[in-house]
Amino acid sequence: MHFTSFLENNRLTVALTGEIDHHYAKSYIQAIAAKIEAYTPEFCILDFSEVTFVDSSGIAVVINALRAMTQIEGHLILSGINQQPMRVFRASGIDKLVEIKEAVS
Amino acid sequence: MKFGNYMILDFPSKSTNEAFARSAVACFASQMDPTLEELGDIRTAVSEAVTNCIVHAYPEALGNITLRCRILKDNILDIVIKDKGVGIPDVEQAKRPAFTTGGADRSGMGFTIMESFMTDVEITSKPGKGTTVHMRRKLLRRQ
Repeated sequence: MHFTSFLENNRLTVALTGEIDHHYAKSYIQAIAAKIEAYTPEFCILDFSEVTFVDSSGIAVVINALRAMTQIEGHLILSGINQQPMRVFRASGIDKLVEIKEAVS
Repeated sequence: MKFGNYMILDFPSKSTNEAFARSAVACFASQMDPTLEELGDIRTAVSEAVTNCIVHAYPEALGNITLRCRILKDNILDIVIKDKGVGIPDVEQAKRPAFTTGGADRSGMGFTIMESFMTDVEITSKPGKGTTVHMRRKLLRRQ
């Protein structure tokens, strides 16, 4: 698991990388939760542009981030999602729960 | 002749093998000239089935997972993933979207994804004996 994050104007961007499956999901969930708790941002942007694969474990990562942001009355945005992860998010209906932006702003 | 080709893998239920299993199936399927989308769908479905074995079939200790792939006529990829774990008491309930007996790091979407990405998915399970997931995906022939 490898990710970078930065905070700018109350917007927390977390850039995920590689393949997100059950093997890595728990670490991502905990790491994202810790960042949200530390910074309580208004917006959390999960940048998926370097993510090449997700399965349903990736959905759990998004749902947990959404739950954490909802608790602090913030907003979650997903950005830069590649073709395979997008198919998984569509099949699960997560694309209807979370705002999705095509590219990182 | 691709039709009739097969491969069998046997590996322990370690979570590092999720990536290994889906990559191995993708390599095997590449001789069928799949599109990137088809390959992505197959990798995802295999990842879900193998993860279920690791998380649910063998919750306490490592167990054995057998994965068999065959190429059937009409360009159909046939995949069987089998464990000898705890089994599923109620398969219909397990298939329901968002149902999970796993923790907060599980989404309960595994079977939903397998069913939307594969042409056929058949699950047979006996509590205490194990579970078999039989999936098929028909690949479109490219011109």
